[in-house]
Amino acid sequence: MSSKLRILVPVKRVIDSAIRPRVNKAQTGVETQGVKFSINPFCDIALEEAIRIREGSKSLVEKIHAVSAGSIKSQETLRTALAKGADESTLIDVGDKDLEPLSVAKLLAKVVEAQDSNLVILGKQAIDNDSNQTGQLLAGLLNWPQATNASKVEVEESSGSVTVTREVDGGSETVKAKLPLVITTDLRLNEPRYASLPNIMKAKKKPLKVVKPDDLGVDVSSRLEILKVTEPPVRQAGIIVGSTDELIERLKSAGAV
Amino acid sequence: MRTSLGRAISRARISSRVSASRLSINASRAVLASQPFTEIGNNAGSRTPAISYRAYSKQAKLTKDTYHTERGDYGQLTSEDIAYFKSILPENGVVQDKTDLEIYNQDWMRKYRGSSELVLKPKTTEQVSQILKYCNEKKLAVVPQGGNTGLVGGSVPVFDEVVISLANMNQIQSFDPVTGILVADAGVILENADNFLREQGFIFPLDLGAKGSCHIGGNVATNAGGLRLLRYGSLHGSVLGLQAVLADGTIYNGLSKLRKDNTGYDLKQLFIGSEGTLGIITAVSILCAPKPLAVNAAFLGLDSFEQVQKTFGRAKGELSEILSAFECMDANSQNIVAKYTDLARPLEGSHPFYVLIETSGSNKDHDDAKLEKFLEGLLEDEVIADGVVAQDETQLKNLWQWRELIPEKLGHGGVYKYDVSIPLADMFKLVDDVQARLEEAGVVGDSEEFPAIASVGYGHIGDGNLHLNVPLRRYDEKVEKLLEPFVYEWVSKVNGSISAEHGLGFAKKNYIQYSKDAGSIELIRDLKKLYDPKAILNPYKYV
Ligand SMILES: Cc1cc2nc3c(=O)[nH]c(=O)nc-3n(C[C@H](O)[C@H](O)[C@H](O)COP(=O)(O)OP(=O)(O)OC[C@H]3O[C@@H](n4cnc5c(N)ncnc54)[C@H](O)[C@@H]3O)c2cc1C
Repeated sequence: MSSKLRILVPVKRVIDSAIRPRVNKAQTGVETQGVKFSINPFCDIALEEAIRIREGSKSLVEKIHAVSAGSIKSQETLRTALAKGADESTLIDVGDKDLEPLSVAKLLAKVVEAQDSNLVILGKQAIDNDSNQTGQLLAGLLNWPQATNASKVEVEESSGSVTVTREVDGGSETVKAKLPLVITTDLRLNEPRYASLPNIMKAKKKPLKVVKPDDLGVDVSSRLEILKVTEPPVRQAGIIVGSTDELIERLKSAGAV
Repeated sequence: MRTSLGRAISRARISSRVSASRLSINASRAVLASQPFTEIGNNAGSRTPAISYRAYSKQAKLTKDTYHTERGDYGQLTSEDIAYFKSILPENGVVQDKTDLEIYNQDWMRKYRGSSELVLKPKTTEQVSQILKYCNEKKLAVVPQGGNTGLVGGSVPVFDEVVISLANMNQIQSFDPVTGILVADAGVILENADNFLREQGFIFPLDLGAKGSCHIGGNVATNAGGLRLLRYGSLHGSVLGLQAVLADGTIYNGLSKLRKDNTGYDLKQLFIGSEGTLGIITAVSILCAPKPLAVNAAFLGLDSFEQVQKTFGRAKGELSEILSAFECMDANSQNIVAKYTDLARPLEGSHPFYVLIETSGSNKDHDDAKLEKFLEGLLEDEVIADGVVAQDETQLKNLWQWRELIPEKLGHGGVYKYDVSIPLADMFKLVDDVQARLEEAGVVGDSEEFPAIASVGYGHIGDGNLHLNVPLRRYDEKVEKLLEPFVYEWVSKVNGSISAEHGLGFAKKNYIQYSKDAGSIELIRDLKKLYDPKAILNPYKYV
């Protein structure tokens, strides 16, 4: 197998991570009107990693393809990806539908096929629904090895194998696999770059293809129904006690000791 | 739902146990959300340097010694005085503990230090009135103090003046979501006022690097300009009314909520920028602006100051109504920020000048298109060398850090700060001239032996306002003598102002004549005599 990398980076458009989401009036989801959307931070890290792999060795990477499944607005996210360094992109236009991870994984598997990708780098989760499933499902559908929660990625050019350091509870784990491979990214992996003006301009001329789930032959209907979304309970403000005696007194009266 | 990123971040930083860190993030958020206005002194979630985390390891020399000042003919505090104050104030309103007094005695730059033995923290306007009436009778000198972020030594005592802190007067009184008029106590921290307003779809019409600590009363008392004056105008326009207590305890009740009122002299204007010399501001009524729905920022690298000016000219024309900030920073200022933070630099190469442009509007697509067209034009015409545009809120905040962190990062070993208005074309010539002067005298350089690090320039270019800073390794009289009155003379020659927005305070008291003629100074003194005949309010300062 040729060890040239054809990297696929899925990116998702989500409510900006710095904005506090609010549950909508109907309690069916979060309010999206008048709210700023940006690229999911974990996807941004995945993209950054793909670009860094190419910067590490130009000859190693044949192309970086960004893909997003979402509404037509996700074009913005793809333009950002192109401005940061992806070469080409695909939008899978699903309208306003909220996709479940399995549907996304099925769509991605089709794109992997179409693009002949041999490395998929994607975020470990999207911050809107925290599913943390897509990467794993995709690896399962493709029957590829997977390295999740990556904090370090090293590609060995000669052998076509990839060494990934993973974040695990209480430490790290280092795994190695041959391509093709699915990697999901953790926060510590890298710090994404800014999109430079010249690259933003160039990105306008880079390819952005739009397809529908039907074109890929994937049924994206939901299996779950969201019944209700609620805010977490408001915690009461803390109090400052004047002395340890008072602390014990308070704890006693609250029945804590 | 949204805890995920925060959780993940806290996870990266603190712990790899998802469940544990989820708890911690939820907890801190809940505390933030329900924090009452009485607790806000500890500067919730501030992105700015707060007094609390500046270590007071280095103590300034006493101002009176550094500047050979004579104590005025004021009364000395007696135990009888203290007993009186204790009788009118709540228990936590009288501070006498030596360690507790330190932060009230020393200024933010650690340049000025007084030796007050008493800080009073009234909770009501009536208490302020009682305090002043008493002090006036006993001829006890006082210093009104807000967040103590002032940069001209105005907020700290020179000798043993009684500090009157507004920190406990921190309630929002009312807000009208139709007119956008906010009425609040003087001691409300700017960032808290802004956060409160944002919840209602409005913003405070002033923003500055010290927002996490400074008070809105302090802002009004100094007529602070800040980062968005370009867009929202000066406090002389947005403040609709205020309440203040005069030296003899008289309460001036001018808390008007009217936009138009031509009945008599506009007295409130006297207090705006009076730096605690005419009265103590206790409440403010201010017109706030609707919160912009779309905000974006670009950070540019430029090869010359001519290009900065060209960029500004074009920004006014092409971005027009959505332009909300235009800040310029020189290479030295950015190198120093880079040295003291681990933020990734926005641009790859280095440039002599950097510009931060912010747009605020109501329609993201419209604004983005406008900004993009504007920037592309600049790049094509080679007016700018390089640039980046924030792609998300985090990048937007990080870009701002490169401007907002400058004052704090320059202040590491002390700093001489000049805040001048000069005609745009001459602006950075002053920075160069100062650098040359310090070099010639052999006091500036890269190694430890030189007291000064560099001559640094940055500022609100959009308002013709330059901050000339000389960051130091240590304070040295020689450097000060080289800078003053040189800088003031330089500014005077081009008909500029020696204090664009920071005020006069102690630092510039002796230099007002470089910007005001004798007649104007006389009128200022007459007013002071009329309002404060015993000169108990903030003595040794202003004029
Ligand atoms: C990091 C940083 C960035 C800054 N950026 C800017 C900027 O962009 N633009 C700008 O204009 N300034 C800036 N400043 C200066 C300063 O923050 C402002 O002048 C601020 O408005 C002062 O508010 P304060 O509450 O801290 O007042 P203080 O420092 O406590 O007091 C300042 C003066 O006002 C008087 N005073 C305070 N409160 C009252 C009151 N209630 N009644 C009467 N007199 C009172 C004091 O006696 C003193 O003379 C900056 C300062 C820092 C540290």
